[in-house]
Amino acid sequence: MTEVVPPPVRARGQRAATFGGITTPAGQPRPPAGPDYAAIHASAEFTELRSRFRRFVFPMTALFFVWYLAYVLLAAYAKDFMSIRLFGSVNIALVFGLLQFVSTIGITAWYVRWARTRIDPEVERIRVRAGVDAR
Amino acid sequence: MTNLAASQVGDPVLNTIVFAAFVLITLYVVYKVSTRNSSTADYYAASGRFTGPQNGIALSGDFLSAASFLGIAGAIAINGYDGFLYSIGFLVAWLVNLLLIAELVRNTGRFTMGDVIAFRMRQRPVRAAAATSTLVISLFYMLAQMAGAGAVVALLLNVQGKGGQALVIAVVGLIMVFYVLVGGMKGTTWVQIIKATLLILTVVLMTVFLLGKFGFSITALLDQAAANNSNGTRVIDPGAQYGRTPTATLDFISLALALVLGAAGLPHVLMRFYTVPNATEARRSVVWAVGAMTVFYGATLIIGYGASALVGSERILSATGRENAAAPLLAFEIGGTVLLGIVAAVAFATILAVVAGLTITASASFAHDVFNNIFRKGKADPVAEIKVARLTAVVIGVLAIVGGILANGQNVAFLVALAFAFAASANLSTLLYSLFWKRFNTNGTLWAMYGGLGSCLLLVFFSPVVSGAPTSIISGVDFHLFPLTNPGIVSIPVSFLCGFFGTVLSKEQADVPKQKEMEVRSLTGIGR
Repeated sequence: MTEVVPPPVRARGQRAATFGGITTPAGQPRPPAGPDYAAIHASAEFTELRSRFRRFVFPMTALFFVWYLAYVLLAAYAKDFMSIRLFGSVNIALVFGLLQFVSTIGITAWYVRWARTRIDPEVERIRVRAGVDAR
Repeated sequence: MTNLAASQVGDPVLNTIVFAAFVLITLYVVYKVSTRNSSTADYYAASGRFTGPQNGIALSGDFLSAASFLGIAGAIAINGYDGFLYSIGFLVAWLVNLLLIAELVRNTGRFTMGDVIAFRMRQRPVRAAAATSTLVISLFYMLAQMAGAGAVVALLLNVQGKGGQALVIAVVGLIMVFYVLVGGMKGTTWVQIIKATLLILTVVLMTVFLLGKFGFSITALLDQAAANNSNGTRVIDPGAQYGRTPTATLDFISLALALVLGAAGLPHVLMRFYTVPNATEARRSVVWAVGAMTVFYGATLIIGYGASALVGSERILSATGRENAAAPLLAFEIGGTVLLGIVAAVAFATILAVVAGLTITASASFAHDVFNNIFRKGKADPVAEIKVARLTAVVIGVLAIVGGILANGQNVAFLVALAFAFAASANLSTLLYSLFWKRFNTNGTLWAMYGGLGSCLLLVFFSPVVSGAPTSIISGVDFHLFPLTNPGIVSIPVSFLCGFFGTVLSKEQADVPKQKEMEVRSLTGIGR
């Protein structure tokens, strides 16, 4: 692991602008300073986490969106194809519809597994380095 | 079976008793979990103490409105496959929440959608835009629910007079306000959990029964559904509803886009992500919600076709609630007055719970975004803020009651689809840009939100919804210019384009430190 990241300092003085008080739980005084977001943002770990996250979720979003759109367009404009009976009265349209269920569950399961092994440990590491108590 | 079912089925007294039992149980639960002396975090977000599974079930409770339960079952019963096609958008939409929204929103914001969108922008104008969009979407959605309440009352409690229906709508509204005032987010969440559990149990039981009745043969179910439907075998294939004209087809595509992109922009769904302690629990929430909804929409497919098979499309359409009567009539057919009573109570509970969820969202947005962050520049006293939130909840409750009474009997089914179009056009674009596009700035945010909302409103105003069709709100005149009833196919791209050009055409620089902070927070949860 690269050690280029300056160890995050809790008190940095130049705390970024407050944000409508929403960082403060109601009725409690604001802690003197927060984590140094700029340093974390510049760290190799964070950059890697961010691109790893985006490399997964963007293509996956495109995938399910295109597949849903294809299904909708087929149902709208390829009715003869969708009406082909596969077995009994079950046609391609019904099977494709049920496959939307299957793909939704499949992508959900895939993402959860992936995030647990590839994202959560990284997030934990960054949080610990930033001096934020482990969850 | 006699044909008395044509106008009125079941025992109104029994229906009322089952519903009253639900109300009493939920009121007791709300009272038990309510905390006196609550903080803003407690009132708006139940202090983030719900677990992922609890919040997931509550999410499905918030999301599965009466339109989903009665409307989709009815659509499948009458139009067959096209009703099912419609329902799938609601399910697939949750992937947007899972992959792009839930965890990042929970890490970045605290109480409202405005927290996320305004994070790195100029507070006041963006908060105002976020509150406007939240209030517009919530009110549209709520109006649809309350008007639906009138129809359900007429059908299930045999209250035929407008005055009596108005009274029932008012009672529904008052109970809902009570939930919100006493229970805050914690109480409202428990109402959602109870309601969603009841709803899903009911549809699962009906589905298992139906499957058993047809010997677990989908073909047998489909064939009998076709035999008892005036559309015949066309109910098995796509096109019975959306294939009538080329415009209807395009309208459906517009609707499908709004559905799949809208769920992640609904303020009452977004607000639920704040009720869990961390991003992992937010992720688990969506997983549970997806699970619950898979079961639900799978079951509605069977229930819809089952209603066509066992009740028949003609009897459904001649009943008081027309399409909405499909599920209740089927319940009566297979389980007699008792099952009908349960289904009636569940339908009512659904309306009540969804309206309560919308009310707390709208009141939070007004109190937190408008009162605290615009009027008091973020320095409002929490006690005063909660007072404003509670007052807003009462005002919204009154608006919902009055609106529901006025809209009773009107064709308002389009309002739910419209709320999704609004959410997809104004909120999703801004959320995604502010989470993922470094350069995005205040100007772009305002353009995207108002561009999306404005184009939606304009297109609807000049659509057949308002004039020029037999079902239009204004009859007798025709000033429609836009052929589709759902604006999504135009307004969603418009909103994304507005956000893009609003950003690149303005000289304003993005707030770099806040942008970095937002990225770090959204991915790691640091600072929250």
